[in-house]
Amino acid sequence: MARITAGVASSHVPLLGVASDFNKSGDDYFRPIFAGYDWTREWEKAEKPDVVILVYNDHASAFDMKIIPTFAIGCGESYKSADEGWGPRNVPDVEGHPDLAWHIAQSLILDEFDMTIINEMDVDHGLTVPLTMMFDKPEKWPCKVVPLAVNVVTYPPPSGNRCWALGEAIRKAVESFPEDLNVQIWGTGGMSHQLQGPRAGLINHDWDNMFLDGLIGDTDKLRYIPHVEYLRETGSEGIEMVMWLIMRGALGKNTRALHRHYHVPCSNTAIGHIVLRPDNGEGFDMTGSDTVAIAAE
Amino acid sequence: MSCNENPNKVQDIHAYLAEFDDIPGTRVFIAKRARQGYHMNQFAMSLMKDENRQRFKADERAYLDEWPMTEEQKQSILDRDYNRALDLGGNVYFLSKLFSTDGISFAQAVSTMTDMNFEQYTAMMVAGGRSPEGARSIKENEANAALTKVAVEDEKFAGQVKEDR
Repeated sequence: MARITAGVASSHVPLLGVASDFNKSGDDYFRPIFAGYDWTREWEKAEKPDVVILVYNDHASAFDMKIIPTFAIGCGESYKSADEGWGPRNVPDVEGHPDLAWHIAQSLILDEFDMTIINEMDVDHGLTVPLTMMFDKPEKWPCKVVPLAVNVVTYPPPSGNRCWALGEAIRKAVESFPEDLNVQIWGTGGMSHQLQGPRAGLINHDWDNMFLDGLIGDTDKLRYIPHVEYLRETGSEGIEMVMWLIMRGALGKNTRALHRHYHVPCSNTAIGHIVLRPDNGEGFDMTGSDTVAIAAE
Repeated sequence: MSCNENPNKVQDIHAYLAEFDDIPGTRVFIAKRARQGYHMNQFAMSLMKDENRQRFKADERAYLDEWPMTEEQKQSILDRDYNRALDLGGNVYFLSKLFSTDGISFAQAVSTMTDMNFEQYTAMMVAGGRSPEGARSIKENEANAALTKVAVEDEKFAGQVKEDR
């Protein structure tokens, strides 16, 4: 059967895509950001996931104001990089996994999550920047991707609790897929940032780190944080962090942190990144890298 | 685990929406704004196509006149007055298509909405960003200001009493 073997969270600031595409990731400004992903890039080479379920939000690229799906799952064969006004990023096409995606979509709907199904769309920086951060610049992305788009632009977005529960249902769906697949789930966006109005530039180091702490272990207190707290504490765009809760919900009751990184700033945003292993007696250790990770702590 | 009770589940949509007005310097993109700004945001979205960008750049006014936007909305776009555009229902992810049409970075455009210039804004970000202290709640700020005022007056009064003696 298919198994979710790890969860990864990361900010998806578009400037990181620019830095990578124009070979600036070694500059003084960007090096401290990218350095926090060096560990993960090596780890991913060893883990070799077959599929990543990539939770992200579209930033007025594939979806405009005409249609606003709360939760949408990509069931297509492949996705091209979107033109966000600068021309599309020069990155490989993203290959889907329609068999697994349709299986998850059906399972979720039967589990009473009323998903929108997407067969064709372009994917923007919300999806391609995390791929760059985790895999650098390959000729071809090393795994297939099931995009899962969440509305966090037009209010109300889904509650944190609903996101967490969706993650739980995704885990169930993946585990009922008969093929042996190594599946990771990624939650992207965040951390604290506000891109609008006189309060723009807000960063909350303490709150962000409280949130990172809350993803580890057996606590589920993060699922109950109300929208207004994200807005007050982490800026208007900090609400993207509800997407991390879909990832966390899919890892079961207990998790162990393998790697963690936090840096301010990248453009307007606090960069946060964490790698988690489900820790409920599964005994996942895809490559022995956990031992290395634990030794490095 | 669908039986999980969320103690913070929203019970009153009016109270939920009203709280957003209490956040200083922030326009939350609620349905009211989404409706008001629909055509302005769709206009901005149209700038994702290169031919539209060219037409817009050639004659901004004429291009805007093709859209059923209010005069105020059009003027806010012509002025690049992004706070005004947000007030009139604009959303920053849509407006960002205009940032890239103008060839300016997201951070630069964002800085124009603050009371800082781009250099000052960048310096603030590099120093760790804007602190959430005093930026969480308008009511809380007003209450704190009132308390400070009372404290100042108390002190003045205490000084007066001392002098009188």
